[in-house]
Amino acid sequence: MSEFLQHLVNMLVLGGTYALLGIGLTLIFGIMNVVNFTHGVLYTFGAYVMFIVVQQLGLNFFLALPVAVLAGWLLGAAIELTLLRPLRGSDIDTTMLVMIGAWIAMQSGTLWIWGGVAKSVTTPFPESPLVLGPVSVSWLRLFVLAAAALLIVVTYLLINKTSLGRAMRATFQDHDTASLMGVNVDMIYTSTFAIGSSLAAAAGALLGPVYVIFPQMGDLAAVKAFAIVILGGLGNITGAVIGGFILALAEELGAGYVSSGYRDAMGFLIIIAVLIFKPTGLFARAERVG
Amino acid sequence: MRIVVTILAVAALASVPLWLRDPYLLNALITTGIFIIGAMSLNLLLGFTGQLSLGHIAFFGIGAYVSALTSLGFDIGLPGGVRLVHEPWPPIVGLVFAILIAGLCGYFVGLLSFRVRGAYFVIVTISFAEVVRLVALNWVELTQGPLALTNIPSIVLPLSGFGELTLRTKLQNYYLVLVVALVAYLLIARLVHSHFGRAMRGLMENETLAVSVGIDVTKTLTLAAVISAAIAGAAGSLYAHYIRIIDPEVFAFINTVTMVIMVISGGKGSLAGPVVGGLIFGLLPVALRPIMAPEAQWIAYGGVLMAILFVLPRGIVPSLAQRLVRRRSGTAALAPVALAETAAKEQA
Repeated sequence: MSEFLQHLVNMLVLGGTYALLGIGLTLIFGIMNVVNFTHGVLYTFGAYVMFIVVQQLGLNFFLALPVAVLAGWLLGAAIELTLLRPLRGSDIDTTMLVMIGAWIAMQSGTLWIWGGVAKSVTTPFPESPLVLGPVSVSWLRLFVLAAAALLIVVTYLLINKTSLGRAMRATFQDHDTASLMGVNVDMIYTSTFAIGSSLAAAAGALLGPVYVIFPQMGDLAAVKAFAIVILGGLGNITGAVIGGFILALAEELGAGYVSSGYRDAMGFLIIIAVLIFKPTGLFARAERVG
Repeated sequence: MRIVVTILAVAALASVPLWLRDPYLLNALITTGIFIIGAMSLNLLLGFTGQLSLGHIAFFGIGAYVSALTSLGFDIGLPGGVRLVHEPWPPIVGLVFAILIAGLCGYFVGLLSFRVRGAYFVIVTISFAEVVRLVALNWVELTQGPLALTNIPSIVLPLSGFGELTLRTKLQNYYLVLVVALVAYLLIARLVHSHFGRAMRGLMENETLAVSVGIDVTKTLTLAAVISAAIAGAAGSLYAHYIRIIDPEVFAFINTVTMVIMVISGGKGSLAGPVVGGLIFGLLPVALRPIMAPEAQWIAYGGVLMAILFVLPRGIVPSLAQRLVRRRSGTAALAPVALAETAAKEQA
C-alpha cells in the first residue's frame, strides 16, 4: 500500500510537467493544425537555458525559470515567423516535415555546442526529502509540482479570461470567421506557437534539474506530449491536464508493477489504444476539427 | 524513352564496382542501396496513397530481426514453462520470413490506417515503431537487447549444379542489393500502373469520389501497406546479413526520417524519385565527412530538408521532368496544366 502511495506522489510531480507539455502542444496542434516536432527541442532548450543560467552564469535558480520561459517564448516566435508563416496554406505533411528538419538541425546544434555528456543542475533545495508517513518526496520535486500548477493556472486564465485567449479560442473554432470578425489570425498563430513553446521550455526547465540534461532528452518528451494531446482531445486544455496525469500514472504503475524497461512504452501504447477505440480523445464533447 | 533511361541507369549502377575500388565508398553505396529499397517501399504508401508512415523503420527492423533470428536460431521460455527452440535455418529462408512477417505487420498497421488518417496515422506509426524498439530492447532472451545479435551469417545462394555461393564480399553484396532493388522497383512500377495503382491514386486525389465509383478503401490501403511493409522487410533482411550485427538502434526514428527525406527530396509519387533522392542523401554524409563534424552534418541534413520543402516542394524528379517537358513541347501544349495550376493557386 505504501508503495502505491509513493507511486501516486511521483505521479503528481511527473503529471504536472507532462500537463505543461501537453497544453503547449494541444494549443499548437489544435489552433494551427501543425504537427509540431520541435516541441521536444523546446523542452530540451528550456533545460539548457536552466543549465546556462544556473551553472555557467552562476545566477539564482529561481531566476532561471522565468528566463527559460521567456527564452522559449522568443525561440517559438522565431520558429513561427521564419518557418511556419511562409508555409501558411500548404498541406499538413509539408509543415510537419519542415518541423522535423528544424528539430534535427536544432538538436544537432545542441549536441555540437554542449556535447553529448549529460549535464546536471545544482539546486538550492536540501538533499534530505520530506517524509510524510509512508511516502517521501524531495523538496525539488515539490517545487516542480508547485511551479507547474502555477503555470497551468496562468495558462488557463490566459485562454479563458483575456481577449487574446478569446481570439485564440475563436481561431480554433473557425479561423475564417475569426478573421472576418477582425481577429488578426497571423498574430494569433505566432502567439499560440510562442506560448506553446514557452510551456514546453518551462517543462524542460523544471524536469531538467530533477533528472539530467542531454541533447536527446526532448525526443521522448515530444512523443509523450503527443500521447497527452491524443488522450485529452485536440485543443482541449482541461483534457491535456487530465491526460498528463493519466500518462504519469500509467508510467508509474507500469514501471512499478510490470517492468521498468517498459515505462516509456506506456505513452505509445496509450496512443495506439486511444486512436483505435476513441479517436476523438477521452474527453471529447463533440466532433472536433482536424 | 523511359525504358531507355531506366536501362542506362541500371547499366551505369551495375558498372560502378568495375571502376570504383574504394571499399569505404562501396560500403556507403551498399547501405545507401538498402535504404533506397526502404525508401521505395515508403514511397508506395506516401506517394501513391498519401499516407505518411513515420514508423516505416519498424518494418525494416522487424525484417532485420526476423531474418537474423531465423538464421541464428533461438531458445526462449514462453509463459507456462514451455520452451521454444529454433535451430538455425539458411539465411535465404530468413529473407523469405522477413518479407512475410513484415508484410503481416503491415497488414495490422494498414487496418489501423482505415480508422485514423493524416496526423493521427503519423503518430500511430511512430508509436508502433517505438513499441517494437522497446520490445527489441527489453526482450533480452530473444534479441540480446542492447548487446545486439552478432555473427549473423551472410546470405548463401544455392546454385543448382555448382554447390553454393556465400555472398561475403562487398562486390557480391553490391550486386545482390542492386538486383533486389531492381526487382522492388519493377514490382512497384507494375503495381502503380495496374488497376490497383489507379485505385490508390484515386483515393489520394479524392476519397469521396473514389468510394462513389466503387473503390474499396480498406482493401486498397491495406494491400498497399502490406506490400510496402514486405519490401521494407526485405531491405531489413539484406541489411542484417550484410552488416551482420543488429541492435535495437536499427529502429531509431532518424532512420525513418532518412527514408522520408529520400522520398520527399527525390519526389513522392515518382518511381525514380526515391532512387535519385536516396543516392543524393545516402551519399551526402560521405561527401560532407571530410569537411564537417558529424553534428554539423546533421545540421546541414535538417537544413537541406527544410530548403527542399521550400524550394522544390514536389521533389527533384517531378520538377526536372516538368522542365524537360516544357522545353520540348513549348508552352502551348502545357496550357491546360498551366491553367489548372493557376486555378489551384488562386483557390489557395
